[in-house]
Amino acid sequence: MPDRTLTLALMDAPYEAAASTTAFRIIAAALAKDIAVNVFAYEGAVCLTQKDQAPHANPVKGTTVEQEEHPTTKDLVAGLMDPRLTWVNCGLCVDERGAGNWIDGVKRGGPPDFFKMAVESTTTLVIPTR
Amino acid sequence: MRILNIVETAYRATLEEQDDTVLWLSRALKNAGADLTVVLRGNAVNYAVRQSCPPLTFGRAAIKHPAQPNDDLAKLQAKGSKVYVIREDLAERGIAPARCVADAQPLGRAELVDLMETHDQVWHW
Repeated sequence: MPDRTLTLALMDAPYEAAASTTAFRIIAAALAKDIAVNVFAYEGAVCLTQKDQAPHANPVKGTTVEQEEHPTTKDLVAGLMDPRLTWVNCGLCVDERGAGNWIDGVKRGGPPDFFKMAVESTTTLVIPTR
Repeated sequence: MRILNIVETAYRATLEEQDDTVLWLSRALKNAGADLTVVLRGNAVNYAVRQSCPPLTFGRAAIKHPAQPNDDLAKLQAKGSKVYVIREDLAERGIAPARCVADAQPLGRAELVDLMETHDQVWHW
């Protein structure tokens, strides 16, 4: 296992902020450098991994869903899944959003898990909503 | 590990959640054993102003238990977390420190740097 670990706390819901893309870039870059990554998805960020997300056609561009080939955020997270990535969704945030149907590899947790991950990590980066 | 939680974005989901999400998280982390300090800056300094937060009604729906930031700050203090409020951010908003609850201690921006130095991690929300 890697000797360094980065913990990220994310808050933004899918498609609302460039910060989500930045977070995905950071996760990918860390894993590429063999740095283990913990993610604590808080509030709207728990929806990043919702299994029910579905891509759509683009009527403005006149493209079909197949032509769009648009991965939703759950696909992007699935693409990051790795034995070195731990993804924890805040359970209470999930419940109040009805967002409990998520992709494989995601765990349910809470603030104590975030605290434990932070304590055991090399460092922690918070990316909150603005 | 000493954590400095800096709360800047204010009233984030306070109606929907009936809590400020980061003050709530701070209390949860404290309950989990975190050694935590909270700093209010930017618009979040309003949380330190002595205030009442009455229920709110939208049509037939009511939010009967709205966020009570003064209570949250008091409970953090009671659990042993220090709470600071940035003095200059109060002044920029025309808020006299005398209008603030005693649970939030005024802190200058320059002093914030020293406070950061005494913590292992700084989380800016």
